[in-house]
Amino acid sequence: MNSLICLRLRLPPALLSLSLIELKSFCGRKKMVNGLINENPIVYEIKHRRDVRADSSSNTNELSVDAIDHLEVFDHIRDIKDPEHPYSLEQLKVLTEDSVEVDDSKSHVRVTFTPTVEHCSMATIIGLCVRVKLMRSLPRRYKIDIRVAPGTHATEAAVNKQLNDKERVAAALENPNLVEMVDECLSSSFE
Amino acid sequence: MDLMEKNLELVEVQKLEGHTDRVWNVAWNPVSSSLLASCSGDNTVRIWQQSPLSRSWSCKAVLEETHTRTVRSCSWSPSGKLLATASFDGTTGIWEDFGDEFECISTLEGHENEVKSVSWNASGSYLATCSRDKSVWIWEVLGGNEYDCAAVLNGHTQDVKMVQWHPTMDVLFSCSYDNTIKVWWAEDDDGDYQCVQTLNESSNGHSSTVWAISFNATGDKMVTCSDDLTLKIWTADISMMHSGEGYAPWTHLCTLSGYHDRTIFSSHWSSDDIIASGAGDDAIGLFVDSEHDSVNGPSYNLLLKKEKAHEMDINSVQWSPSKENRLLASASDDGMVKIWQLETKP
Repeated sequence: MNSLICLRLRLPPALLSLSLIELKSFCGRKKMVNGLINENPIVYEIKHRRDVRADSSSNTNELSVDAIDHLEVFDHIRDIKDPEHPYSLEQLKVLTEDSVEVDDSKSHVRVTFTPTVEHCSMATIIGLCVRVKLMRSLPRRYKIDIRVAPGTHATEAAVNKQLNDKERVAAALENPNLVEMVDECLSSSFE
Repeated sequence: MDLMEKNLELVEVQKLEGHTDRVWNVAWNPVSSSLLASCSGDNTVRIWQQSPLSRSWSCKAVLEETHTRTVRSCSWSPSGKLLATASFDGTTGIWEDFGDEFECISTLEGHENEVKSVSWNASGSYLATCSRDKSVWIWEVLGGNEYDCAAVLNGHTQDVKMVQWHPTMDVLFSCSYDNTIKVWWAEDDDGDYQCVQTLNESSNGHSSTVWAISFNATGDKMVTCSDDLTLKIWTADISMMHSGEGYAPWTHLCTLSGYHDRTIFSSHWSSDDIIASGAGDDAIGLFVDSEHDSVNGPSYNLLLKKEKAHEMDINSVQWSPSKENRLLASASDDGMVKIWQLETKP
């Protein structure tokens, strides 16, 4: 398989009769039961995982605190499940190792994710899942910035603003339905 | 009083522990400076009191079992007897201090979703609230614990983060996720409140969410802070308004940038003209008027920056009304409230 990112939306026959506008609004629906936003995502084979135990066994100084690097942060988020499909964000290449930038001395991490579809309304959910997982996994001194990869989403600025407004995130996480959805996406990530 | 000459430092007086989630806001009682309120993501409000003997602070009361979600901000009435609390549960609570305990005497409902801020006007006759529903509500304070909705103000195109009444006039200010600050005024006593000014990017305003507004004591200057990492100082000819010559517009005076590298969530102007800022970089900044107008107009200088004032984001900074000493309270995501004193280095 080459690196061509070409989405072939194989639609059920009934949808072929819809106009482009109707199709766009259909893609914008948040319902997950019928009509997934991305019916046929491309699933990639994931690379071999670094054995974290092998690395840490070489550290004989018990008192030293290893700096957190981008691979460690990626390990925390790679297995987050896509809200619509039984695949991880890594498998769908929504996240890659290069998605993560870490500056441990400044306690700063930035994650850039690539939604599978440009009009994906799941982008906010995915971003929220990444933020929640990192909030639960990283030391509390860490500042976390989440954004969509530039040029990959129709309302990039709006999505980024929401994902990085702490108050909006806090209020959203008080919504039990949303929390349930996020926890479901994160469940495989804790195994 | 040239503060820049003195060798000043911000010393931590006490750390107030008790909240079990992030603390969003602190408010000093305007009448008794030995009372402080804080509100939190743990759905409660805590009242802290300073002992006259030991001078140390302890938790006097926990206001709970009323709000069912985060309490986002709290504000004392000018008389100091009532405390208004704004919550993500969509309601605003009004609590009365009965000496040994606080009781919720009224609940204001109406907003469609999270209430973000509440503010009393100078005389205590009006309350204002704002919400993610993009509206600003004005409530009239009637007798007998009654509150009546006097106006619903629409105009902001996004989530409204804070409302603040002017310190001397019944002019209301609001700031929002839509990057603007709006001024609301009722020209006639019986008239309706209208939006008389919007401070946006073209008026030299902020380029991202505006989180807070604070006025100096005389009310002719205000400071706003934003997700765009700046603080902005604004001014208006309010004597014109006091003399009934109509609305005096606010204009940009100067922008303070480069002092914080994360969102500035709070700024507060003290009665003796020191501006405090609290930001997502865990630091508190203090700024004063340079007193040396440059060619470009008045400017403000950094007096000091307290790095790692907290272990996480600072959500609120507030100067105490106390005339005795310069006390500052701060609230953080780390669940702490801290009390600081600005003093000369030994």
